[in-house]
Amino acid sequence: MGLSAYLALSAVIFAVGLFGVLTRRNTIGILLGVELMLNAVNINLVAFGRFSGGVEGAIFTLFAIAITVAEVALGLAIVILLFRSRRTVMADHLDLLKG
Amino acid sequence: MTDTPAFFWFLAVLLVGSALAVVLTKNLFHSVLWLALALTGTAGVFLSLEAEFLAAVQLLLYAGGLVTVVVFAIVVTERLVGERLSQTSRGLVGGGLLAGALLVLMLMLIGDAALAPVRPPLQAEMTRLMGDAILTRFALAFELLAVLLLTALVGAIYFARPED
Repeated sequence: MGLSAYLALSAVIFAVGLFGVLTRRNTIGILLGVELMLNAVNINLVAFGRFSGGVEGAIFTLFAIAITVAEVALGLAIVILLFRSRRTVMADHLDLLKG
Repeated sequence: MTDTPAFFWFLAVLLVGSALAVVLTKNLFHSVLWLALALTGTAGVFLSLEAEFLAAVQLLLYAGGLVTVVVFAIVVTERLVGERLSQTSRGLVGGGLLAGALLVLMLMLIGDAALAPVRPPLQAEMTRLMGDAILTRFALAFELLAVLLLTALVGAIYFARPED
């Protein structure tokens, strides 16, 4: 398959993830949408790397995967903390900073 | 063997279907399980791009580690709230329009761009190339990444410690 097929696939997944981020009301649901978007970006990186013949794309994807795992661990810790103090996960109800 | 059009289309259908299920199911728990399927499908895409090591990392870290952590978080928060978490969506039309517009824009850009139709042959096995690069050119970034992971995990444990 050509490079454009991989890019089109990752564009579709990115759009689906964006849709999830925009429409989900649950904070964990929003995090799952972000995961989908990051995943699409990783496919892009690996595809470009493979088709350019270099190894950099794969290395950057490795780094991106590790950073994503750190991000999710922290994000979920924040979600659990929010639960303890606010008793809700709905992003609409977390409006403490609203004037 | 993994570089056949049939394998690619199988993966494409699997990925898009499970991604749609992630953002559309009502039950948050099912959503996570669909995400695990989508992440496994992505590992298949990495295989078809001859990045076997990345496919293994994807399975271990994402489909194994991340999904387990998210399931734990859901179970814990459900117990804290004492009710089943259903997740509703809002603004379906606006979100769909925005995501669809971005998708059309990206597909137009991809269609217009002059992209390589065939991949160049690999000089050596991808895993060997990656190992060489990590321990030479990217050694500093790799070590910094290890520090970042440790810091993030210690921070997460500090956040989630029991109250006293």
